[in-house]
Amino acid sequence: MEALAGLTYYTIAISVVILGIIVIAVAYIIIRFRKKSGEEGEPYQDFGSLKLEITWTLIPVAIVAVLFLLTCSTMRAVDPPSADREPDIIIIGHQWWWEIVYPESGVITANEVHLPAGRQLLARLESIDVIHDFWVPELGRKIDLVPGHPNYMWIVAGEPGVYLGACAEFCGAQHANMRIRVIAQTEEEFSEWLTRQARIPETPSTGIAAEGAKIFQEIACMNCHTIAGTPAAARVGPSLTYLATRDTIGAGVLTNTPDNIAKWLKNPAKYKPGSLMPNMKLTDEQVNAIVAYLEALDE
Amino acid sequence: MSSRIPIVPESTEPLPGLGENTGLLSWVASIDHKQIGIMYLIGTLIYFVIGGLEALMIRTQLAKPGSELLSPEMYNQLFTMHGTTMIFFVVMPFLIGVGVYLVPLMIGARDMAFPRLNALSFWLFAFGGVLLYYSFFTQSGAPDVGWFAYAPLSEKPFSLNNGPTYWALGLLVSGIGSLISGLNNVVTILTMRTPGMTMRRLPLFVWMMLVTSFLLVFVIPIITSAFVMLLLDRLLGATFFTPAFGGSAILWQHFFWGFGHPEVYILVLPAFGIVSEVIPVFSRKPIYGYEFVAGSTVAIGLLSLGVWAHHMFAVGLGNVANAYFSLASMLIAIPTGIKVLNWVSTMWGGRINFAVPMLFATAFIIEFVVGGLSGVAIASVPIDWVVTDSYFIVAHFHYTIFGGSLFAIFAGVYYWFPKFTGRMMSETLGKWHFWLTVVGFNMTFFIQHFLGVMGMPRRTYTYHDMPYWGSMNLISTIGAFIIALSVLVFIWNIIVSLRKGEPAGDNPWKAWTLEWATTSPPPVYNFKLVPPVRGRRPLWDLAHPDSPDEPDAKIVTEGPNG
Repeated sequence: MEALAGLTYYTIAISVVILGIIVIAVAYIIIRFRKKSGEEGEPYQDFGSLKLEITWTLIPVAIVAVLFLLTCSTMRAVDPPSADREPDIIIIGHQWWWEIVYPESGVITANEVHLPAGRQLLARLESIDVIHDFWVPELGRKIDLVPGHPNYMWIVAGEPGVYLGACAEFCGAQHANMRIRVIAQTEEEFSEWLTRQARIPETPSTGIAAEGAKIFQEIACMNCHTIAGTPAAARVGPSLTYLATRDTIGAGVLTNTPDNIAKWLKNPAKYKPGSLMPNMKLTDEQVNAIVAYLEALDE
Repeated sequence: MSSRIPIVPESTEPLPGLGENTGLLSWVASIDHKQIGIMYLIGTLIYFVIGGLEALMIRTQLAKPGSELLSPEMYNQLFTMHGTTMIFFVVMPFLIGVGVYLVPLMIGARDMAFPRLNALSFWLFAFGGVLLYYSFFTQSGAPDVGWFAYAPLSEKPFSLNNGPTYWALGLLVSGIGSLISGLNNVVTILTMRTPGMTMRRLPLFVWMMLVTSFLLVFVIPIITSAFVMLLLDRLLGATFFTPAFGGSAILWQHFFWGFGHPEVYILVLPAFGIVSEVIPVFSRKPIYGYEFVAGSTVAIGLLSLGVWAHHMFAVGLGNVANAYFSLASMLIAIPTGIKVLNWVSTMWGGRINFAVPMLFATAFIIEFVVGGLSGVAIASVPIDWVVTDSYFIVAHFHYTIFGGSLFAIFAGVYYWFPKFTGRMMSETLGKWHFWLTVVGFNMTFFIQHFLGVMGMPRRTYTYHDMPYWGSMNLISTIGAFIIALSVLVFIWNIIVSLRKGEPAGDNPWKAWTLEWATTSPPPVYNFKLVPPVRGRRPLWDLAHPDSPDEPDAKIVTEGPNG
């Protein structure tokens, strides 16, 4: 990041100087060489100067040379070779949400990348459908998620906190609502989170939540979604195992509250028009039962 | 001349022209380069209004966070059509059209080398656009995959509607028109020059049209083949760009930008040409460093063929490829900088008449330098990784295509309108148009640099969860409406001036190139007698027999290189 800041300031400085010279020159010309009333005839006919042409060819050559060398060194600093290391995180783009996989622990989550603050992780980026682009402005560079062409990127968040990002490559109807949250935690918090996410939840056996579990398996939910420890293992839509622990639903369209999950289940297209999640025409009882089930998984 | 250059077909019957028959048929059936040029200009003005209305709807939607004015599908159609229209049906055909009108006049020829092909080019452009816009009236709606239609989003599995099919077909048709026009221009400029008009005396606008035309001939086939592959994929089940079946998503990008980056220079080189004609005339001085302005154009043309992957730094091509494309892109700044400095030096020491064409040309220099500098910044790979696909890019290319090409186009319209119509445009309305454009344009687009750096991705129909982007977007939207107002003033100026403009005479600006040596508008046959050409400024030499540009030049009567 420091190398990048240096390059950026240098580029801005050069640009401001060049723009300043041109603007001042043009302003001077407008004042000094405007045709005054009473002036007659033609000014001195000047056809050019080889010396000047050579000068203003060579100076930009020098600027470009410096800028190019800085570019190369910064590129190496920002994107060092990964030396065949296995990735710590796999980020998979879907229309219009992110699947986050921690290969070592087997944890699969969605739309929120948890990181230990200060530790540099290697991410592999893939796409299941069209081209997406992972961009969290405060963390620096962006990179495309290209189907059939996995990319690698180093990712590090200096301080604990939430860093907001979005898909930056146009990917269809809901490109705008493909938000990503990077949640940087201390090492302890992160390993606690990871352990909790890796645990297989117990399926509730009583009450309305048990009813919800039954509905989840009976209607089409399990055709697209995963809940660890149950036959639902599809990865078409986001894993719902620990949905209750996330901040948002629908990749950033709503904050995650039981009420909002209920609203979303009733009519996803109202909040995310074009979303691939169909309206299942659920009754209020079914919705409440499913919400209770999803919330109970985190208890 | 015809005996020397048999490649040029001579018409055995009089060409339909502006003569006595001015009915609709005389236009539709015309193969006169001036009528075809005018039709290009009218056509592009219509598409300009349509593309502008699309932009206004985009900006209205973005005026506040979480606006629900447009559905995401409609928003995506609008920005796709806005980009496609402005690039393929406004700036590019305008510059081709103004070239078709002016190149034969500037080189002292009677018409283009292939007048019938010239008409074919125009009608392919016009109907390509109609085919594209017809999609709005179909059930599936207009294309909604962005103006570069990245695969596999543009492929059948992800775009079941027919929008991308209309997009590829419409651009395929109009692209063939551009290709033919490029060939026509190359042959015209190389073979139809009047005696004495050597390549070293060619007006700079013609030089730049020549380089542009070579680019068209080189790069239109690239995109045409990509369109055919996309259509095969979509209609016949081929899989060129579908990774799931062994195709490559990145291949599309190489094809698209292999065409798409030279296209940027196709949009801007003729604009450089316009400015290189306007600035000397209004500064009352010859262009400074003619050889360097012409030579740097050739350099830009050649370099532009080797920089396409700077649009793909985030794709993951590897840092060796990135470094090469970074360097090649930065190199383009050198010939471009040479041009800017030569324009400024042309003005230096002049006796400058700041009429409307010169106002636009002067503003062009500043706006284009802003776009050029942000272009150098994003040629630097790590900076591009941060700002690409954000509003910074939207700001950057509007500074080059609007602040660059379109400002030059306005300069050109005010400059040549007297030649096209025989009447002057209103200076008062022109000044209103100019200042509204400058204020509106900078208000709309400068702030978008900051929005991009703050993290606003392009092509997003809503930012309901980012309310603090609202005020900056609102400023940008107000700017867009000021631009709309300026366009209304511009169109009003055209209408008023056509009816009541002051008669222009042959050469109202006391300019020096050959198009000003004939009547305004020129007769069907262009020139009764082409003035002798023994320097770069034939009309200067006529007006100042005691101080011609090339005192030792002989008058030649045969062959362009005599």
